[in-house]
Amino acid sequence: MNGCNITLAGAQLTALGSGALWWDAHNLLCVSDLHLGKSERILRRGGAALPPYETRDTLSRLERDLEATGARIVVCLGDSFDDLAAAQSLSETERLWITRLQAGRRWIWIEGNHDPGPIDLGGSHLAELPLPPLIFRHIAQTGKSGEISGHYHPKAQISMRGRSLSRPAFLLDSDRLIMPAYGTYTGGLRSSDEALTRIMRSDATAILTGRTPHQIPMPR
Amino acid sequence: MLARSDDPALLLIAPTGGGKTLAGFLPTLVDLATQDHDGMHTLYISPLKALAADIKRNLRTPVDEMNLNIRIEDRTGDTTQTQKRRQRADPPHILLTTPESLALLTSYDDAHRTFKGLKRVVIDEIHALADSKRGDQLFLALARLQTLCPDLKRVGLSATVEDPDAIAHLLARHPDPCEILLADPGPAPDIQMLTTDDPPPWSGNGAKYSIPAVLDQIKQHKTTLIFHNTRAQAEIFFHNLWLANDQSLPIGIHHGSLDRVQRERVEAAMVRGDLRAIVCTGSLDLGIDWGDVDLVIQIGAPKNVKRLVQRIGRANHRYNAPSKALLVPANRFEVVECIAALEAAKEGELDGDPRGPGPRDVLCQHILIAACAGPFDADALFTEMTSAGAYSTLSRADFDACLDFCATGGYALRAYDKWKRLQQRPDGMWQLRDPRSTRAIRMNLGTIQDTDTLKVRLKRSRGGKPLGEIEEAFAATLTPGDTFLIGGQIVRYESLREMTVEVTKRADKKPKIATFSGTKFSTSTKLSQRILRMFQQETWPELPQHTADWLALQRKVSRLPEPGRLLVETFPHDDRAHTVIYGFAGRNAMQTLGLLLTNRMEDAGLNPLGFLATDYATMIWGLDAVRDPAALFDLETLRDGLDTWLAGNAVMKRTFRASATIAGLIERNSPSARKSGRQATFSSDILYDTLHKYDPNHVMMQITREEAMKGLIDFGRIEDMIRRIDGRIDLIENTQITPLAAPLFLEVGRVPVKGLAEEKLLAEEAARLMATAGLTS
Repeated sequence: MNGCNITLAGAQLTALGSGALWWDAHNLLCVSDLHLGKSERILRRGGAALPPYETRDTLSRLERDLEATGARIVVCLGDSFDDLAAAQSLSETERLWITRLQAGRRWIWIEGNHDPGPIDLGGSHLAELPLPPLIFRHIAQTGKSGEISGHYHPKAQISMRGRSLSRPAFLLDSDRLIMPAYGTYTGGLRSSDEALTRIMRSDATAILTGRTPHQIPMPR
Repeated sequence: MLARSDDPALLLIAPTGGGKTLAGFLPTLVDLATQDHDGMHTLYISPLKALAADIKRNLRTPVDEMNLNIRIEDRTGDTTQTQKRRQRADPPHILLTTPESLALLTSYDDAHRTFKGLKRVVIDEIHALADSKRGDQLFLALARLQTLCPDLKRVGLSATVEDPDAIAHLLARHPDPCEILLADPGPAPDIQMLTTDDPPPWSGNGAKYSIPAVLDQIKQHKTTLIFHNTRAQAEIFFHNLWLANDQSLPIGIHHGSLDRVQRERVEAAMVRGDLRAIVCTGSLDLGIDWGDVDLVIQIGAPKNVKRLVQRIGRANHRYNAPSKALLVPANRFEVVECIAALEAAKEGELDGDPRGPGPRDVLCQHILIAACAGPFDADALFTEMTSAGAYSTLSRADFDACLDFCATGGYALRAYDKWKRLQQRPDGMWQLRDPRSTRAIRMNLGTIQDTDTLKVRLKRSRGGKPLGEIEEAFAATLTPGDTFLIGGQIVRYESLREMTVEVTKRADKKPKIATFSGTKFSTSTKLSQRILRMFQQETWPELPQHTADWLALQRKVSRLPEPGRLLVETFPHDDRAHTVIYGFAGRNAMQTLGLLLTNRMEDAGLNPLGFLATDYATMIWGLDAVRDPAALFDLETLRDGLDTWLAGNAVMKRTFRASATIAGLIERNSPSARKSGRQATFSSDILYDTLHKYDPNHVMMQITREEAMKGLIDFGRIEDMIRRIDGRIDLIENTQITPLAAPLFLEVGRVPVKGLAEEKLLAEEAARLMATAGLTS
């Protein structure tokens, strides 16, 4: 498994190149901000008809990560659906697919600002999941330690000899980890944005996703 | 003009400064002078809003002198909302506007009232619109107007062009004819190549060597325009010119990246005659009357004779005096190119590569605009669209695919069952499902693609002075402390704040990073062919001695490229096998050829390491030499390679973004403005990748392929070249660098053959950064 090993509040974690987080001690895979059904929501609200393939793309990447890790617990860290109506309008194929992925696993949907209510799909629905020494919730809170959150879709930029690239990234400091968005149709917020520099300590690092994840000092 | 005022369509071709705009209005003025008219009589369209304002002033004088009671107003992006609303309800006699504002006017449900009684439409500088999507959109809007006002007469005003029939075809209401009126072309221009004491360098685009001579010319003339092919070149030249300007002559700079206020200040100073010279780019190409320009200097080969002649028309803006111009080659090869362009201009051979049928992304936008105006019938809309020249060959199937795309997205694998953008009523008419979407469609109307740019400001506690804009891609390569040129000043990159680049002024002599990317023109087919023919001469008396000697040496050591054949040279250098292909197909095509050939060489086990392309040659280096070039040039295999290679290509993604934005798939402006940073939006690359993976034949992908093929990929010119050489490939195996190849080694823009190269670079850089920061991963 290509990943970057990190430690948070004493827990040994692996940040995967796909943007998922693996906690070996609990056989737990965590993904954040799937935004399933985003294209449908955009069109419903009078926008453009984007290629309606993001749900199947996100699910097939998730399926690959589940196969590779053999996870027993799956935590979806909120904003799993672009809104509650989008959750209801998933196609039959997509619902069956999710059910198939859930089979034999404990599946936890954490509520996010886009999907703040129960969804009629299997799994447990929680506002947050404490699993000492860690706690999983959608939006980071101040003054917490061992917290894993999503919401901001962080990305980090690196320049190398006149070339520059920007990729979705994990942001890590001694107290918290902010996960990149896993969904196919999700943008990114630069790590240098005030919203992120305010939360992250000065020794924070960014782990760029990609074929091989790379850890760098968090660009501010 | 008056005698022809009843022609359904008329194209008037006259050189710049011939007073053709007023001629275009003559029938209108006569008509309005002799009888009362209710509502709009004449619509004037120009590619620039500044031109519309200019014409308003120029038209006012004769109208006031004749004591006519005529209302003349302009309508552009700068017109106030109140004024715009009033213009729709109570239109002036003469409305001056731009293609985008016209398209917007036709998108309202009261368009039939606004244009009621419209008799004439005058399109100024039609040559500047004819080759672009703005023109395609304009002619579709004209088709719409013609439906609203069946008796509408069209007049097009054009500068000298190579193919008046092509423009007439666009202007006509297909299949009606369009007459062409050719005015006296005036005296032949006086164009020469600037000779300098120092010969131009072997390579590069800066033409720094010519600064003293150019400064000398500026001193001898009243006002000089100094044209450059790219903004970056203009910046560097301006900077160097200013360093050498010991008499502090007033010299300004003008290009599209500069802040509007700064540009307007330069324009005003120019009109007042306060400036001795302006360093500029194509942003000054159009026919605004700039006063007393008595010399035009073109830095760098003009690449295209048509553009050269039109630029030269900027000098001596009087009908009977010859315009005076100087060409300044930036390097030794451009000496040949400049002389070839001079001869072409003398012989009146203008070029320009023909443009195929109208692009379908513009068609999609037009369907959405039509839907904004109200329910429409698909058959009627199809008939109307095919009356526009560029779309006269549009098939019903292609139209239906565009309509389906606008209505449902047109996806093959999964349809939106509940929601649609357009829906068909029981009576068969199409309409927008959600009337609210008119707002988003109107906000995203237009075909001009601004690359994503960031504003540049001086860093102050409270927002400093805006300097201009740089491309986001360029900004992304900057790290704090880097210096670059903008508006002729050297500035230091400090930080990026809320999508604004903050900089401080620096007194350095040399910027660390010299360029920001810009469009690079390709040398036209005709000009390239002329250069090849020139190579066949025994001697070159018309060329400066240094350049003639260079060509003679090439002939002695190897051979010169010939029309109808392809010269391939190989030689070892620096431990690498080098292959140079003299294809003369223009920069974009030679670049594509480099990518395709290195792919083929990779497959053939020749281990290519990288390549470089210019307008005339592609140079490839690698571990093994090419022994059988003919095998590499099989058209079918190249085309196969193209399909595979295209898929993940950045050029395709850029083209996709442009076309998808025009077609309404990507909204650049949304009514709920950008949220915090970029979090709400996601990159169009993701849409491209998704379509490529799940729906590769989607209409948007087809359009992207079509557009890329004729644009940045320019595969058409590779095909033409291969057909022209028809297997006649001459392989010359040399033991050392040949004279013609030598300048290539000094060119910038080497393309490494990628693969895992980027990952490797990234790993190195990440390790370095962590180590520097004292962190361990």
